[in-house]
Amino acid sequence: MPNRRFWMMWFGYLGAAGLWYASVKWLPIASFRRLPDPFTVITEWLSPNPKYGISIFTHPYYLHILHSTYRAIAAFLLATLLGVPLGICMGWSRHFHRYANSLLGLLRPVPPLAWVPLAILIFSGTESAVIFVTFLVAFFATTLNTVAGVTSIEPDYFRASACLGASRKDILFDVIIPGAMPNIFTGLQIAMGAAWFSLAAGEMIAAQYGLGFLIMESYNLIQFPTIVIAMATLGIVGFLSSALIRMLGNRLMRWREQSLGFAG
Amino acid sequence: MVSAATELASRASRSKEASAGGYLTIRNVGKTYDADGTCVEALKNCSIDVKAGAFVAIVGPSGCGKSTLLNMIAGFDTVSSGEIYMDGRLVAAPDLPPQPGPDRVVVFQNGALFPWKTVLENVSYGPVRQKVLTRKQAKKRAIDLLRQCGGLDAVAGSYPAQLSSGMQRRVEVVRALINEPKVLLLDEPFRAMDTVSKTTMHQHLLEMYRICRKTIVFITHDLEEAIYLADTVIVMTTRPGTIKHIISVTLQRPRLPKMLFSHDYLELKRQAAESVHAEARKAFDRGEREQA
Amino acid sequence: MSRINWRGAASVAGFVLLWELLVRFGGGRFEGIPTLAEVLRAFGDKYLTNAQYWQSWIVSFERVGYGFVASQLLGIPLGLLLGTRKIFHEVVYPVVELLRPIPPLAWVPLSILFWPTTELSIIFITFIGPFFIIVINVHDGVRNIRKEHLWLARSLGARPRYIFRRIILPSLIPSIAVGMTLGIAVTWNVVIAAEMIASDVGLGRLTWEGYVSHTATTVIVGMISIGLAGYLSTLAVAYAEKKLMPWRK
Repeated sequence: MPNRRFWMMWFGYLGAAGLWYASVKWLPIASFRRLPDPFTVITEWLSPNPKYGISIFTHPYYLHILHSTYRAIAAFLLATLLGVPLGICMGWSRHFHRYANSLLGLLRPVPPLAWVPLAILIFSGTESAVIFVTFLVAFFATTLNTVAGVTSIEPDYFRASACLGASRKDILFDVIIPGAMPNIFTGLQIAMGAAWFSLAAGEMIAAQYGLGFLIMESYNLIQFPTIVIAMATLGIVGFLSSALIRMLGNRLMRWREQSLGFAG
Repeated sequence: MVSAATELASRASRSKEASAGGYLTIRNVGKTYDADGTCVEALKNCSIDVKAGAFVAIVGPSGCGKSTLLNMIAGFDTVSSGEIYMDGRLVAAPDLPPQPGPDRVVVFQNGALFPWKTVLENVSYGPVRQKVLTRKQAKKRAIDLLRQCGGLDAVAGSYPAQLSSGMQRRVEVVRALINEPKVLLLDEPFRAMDTVSKTTMHQHLLEMYRICRKTIVFITHDLEEAIYLADTVIVMTTRPGTIKHIISVTLQRPRLPKMLFSHDYLELKRQAAESVHAEARKAFDRGEREQA
Repeated sequence: MSRINWRGAASVAGFVLLWELLVRFGGGRFEGIPTLAEVLRAFGDKYLTNAQYWQSWIVSFERVGYGFVASQLLGIPLGLLLGTRKIFHEVVYPVVELLRPIPPLAWVPLSILFWPTTELSIIFITFIGPFFIIVINVHDGVRNIRKEHLWLARSLGARPRYIFRRIILPSLIPSIAVGMTLGIAVTWNVVIAAEMIASDVGLGRLTWEGYVSHTATTVIVGMISIGLAGYLSTLAVAYAEKKLMPWRK
């Protein structure tokens, strides 16, 4: 028997949908009328023969999802492969940190999306440019969180491993990586979320195929329900990818699970 | 804890090297920190002789540099002046890079068992990393040692966070002992424990010491603990830390809880207390803080 | 006499050098890209004294300002409600969780349809990013307030309003600070893209026009300007943070 929280949640969803519907249909503001209402969107989304060509039954829908997902994963993997080692080096060695931090600090304030035009010029093609911009966002988030993770490790663990006979390589695998893992995974989740945000924007500005592109296209072709479908899909995919990472993290860090449970 | 130490002791007496184990000479050691241009002299002219197999306690007010001195001995940091010898070998000097090692293992104040490794993995860590034993051998020896230390092998598969602090400390001591160190360094190991657990730990430690007679350097702020456990209590001054007073503890071994009420004990405590409190007051007036 | 970060300066210099080399010898890809010197010269010639350029600054800053401030004014109370009132939390939080993963820019078309003016639609986009961030941060912040503090106050006879004003609100200042810092960065990111898509003035638009007209110099000037503007905003937020939390080192 579902409990109160369950019912409250659905009450909230219904309430929000009701609000949406009400504001579209009944408010006397002209600009609202142009918005699609919840029923139209849902029937379109679930219809085997959608009016505007995109629903869960149509082929192009999944094509767009695939394109976006491929870009997001590519950018994310690249960011992780570069960001985590860089973050570890920066966290471990104070010298290295001084070198790298100034450079990062210089490049970081430039909003990733501002790189889009330049990236297109350099990478001569929108695909790589979009992946690059998405990569940048994920890269900064990953690196910074990794650095925070490494520097948050209690110095006693380093000392303990040293007096127990560990070499530098041992310290990396026995202390630094496990110690920084919680922060690294937080960073990865943030990076994934940020990557999706950036990707959507990049696709809207300059791509063929993809959910962001779908949004712009539907807008230009006056296919408004599809806009909402694409937005919702973006939200779902973004949420799922972050959740996946979180689950992976929990698996790898069983020891944390145990301690949190015990202390509770 | 008892038979574990027995096993170690018998193995120790068989190996030649260990018979010359753990004679520490600390000569005129000083340490100056230089962060951002401000010089802080933490230690000044500390000279101590620790005979092999002696149990030495170092006490002093907050910020007097006891932990700094321990870091020098353990090799976590360089000395600014002076030298430290162990068994005649130079282990610390101003131009010598710090070399921590399994001959001087430390048990840390807040516990430094690796939270991401099980008890068994923690204890077998040292011998495996030093390539003294294979992983299988190390695990077997670890289990044996843990079992002998009051059945700790029952928690061999647990993570440290699942254990009580008393058990954690005991595991950490086993983790240190499995490396057969020449000197065991304990940095206020029981500080965060309640009185009952502390008393239990004292008994464990004393038993272990009785049987395997390792050189122990024990840092604490608790005078009673220091006198009860050690042969020699060294009182340090407030910053810059130097040796103020060396008190020989004349109580007999084995130490028993009833000795805490004996006349000799109280007399020793009075002596030490006067010494320490004078320094403590100075430190308090200066607003000294414990080195975290 | 403060220490100069030689290492940091070295890496920045290295970056500029790399830039020069890539442009001169990098081949086809980098042909159209100007060097730092050329960019600076172009800036001095065309932009420094150009009123329209500085107008872009003002326009973008205005949008950031309105959007960010609105997000904090609406987001902080919402976060508080979510954290303190259980029923409110059960009803509203799932909806927030549902909307949160939708990228702010994905709202652009709807926003354009919905709001009467382009300006408002851009400000709305600017609002969305930091809004969700601050709501989550404040909500988590309330959750993390040590129960002991609340119990203590109540056992000492404090009334609910007092507890709210003197205990809950001050405990939230760190969370709000984090939320603002994250939010301002996101805001700039978003405003630039929004301008690229849907406006004819502003720093983002400037950059986009440079791209469209194949004037790489303009693109880079735009990027540097945006970066600088973003950096200044972050400094402003950090300053406010320091004022609100003087006890932090």
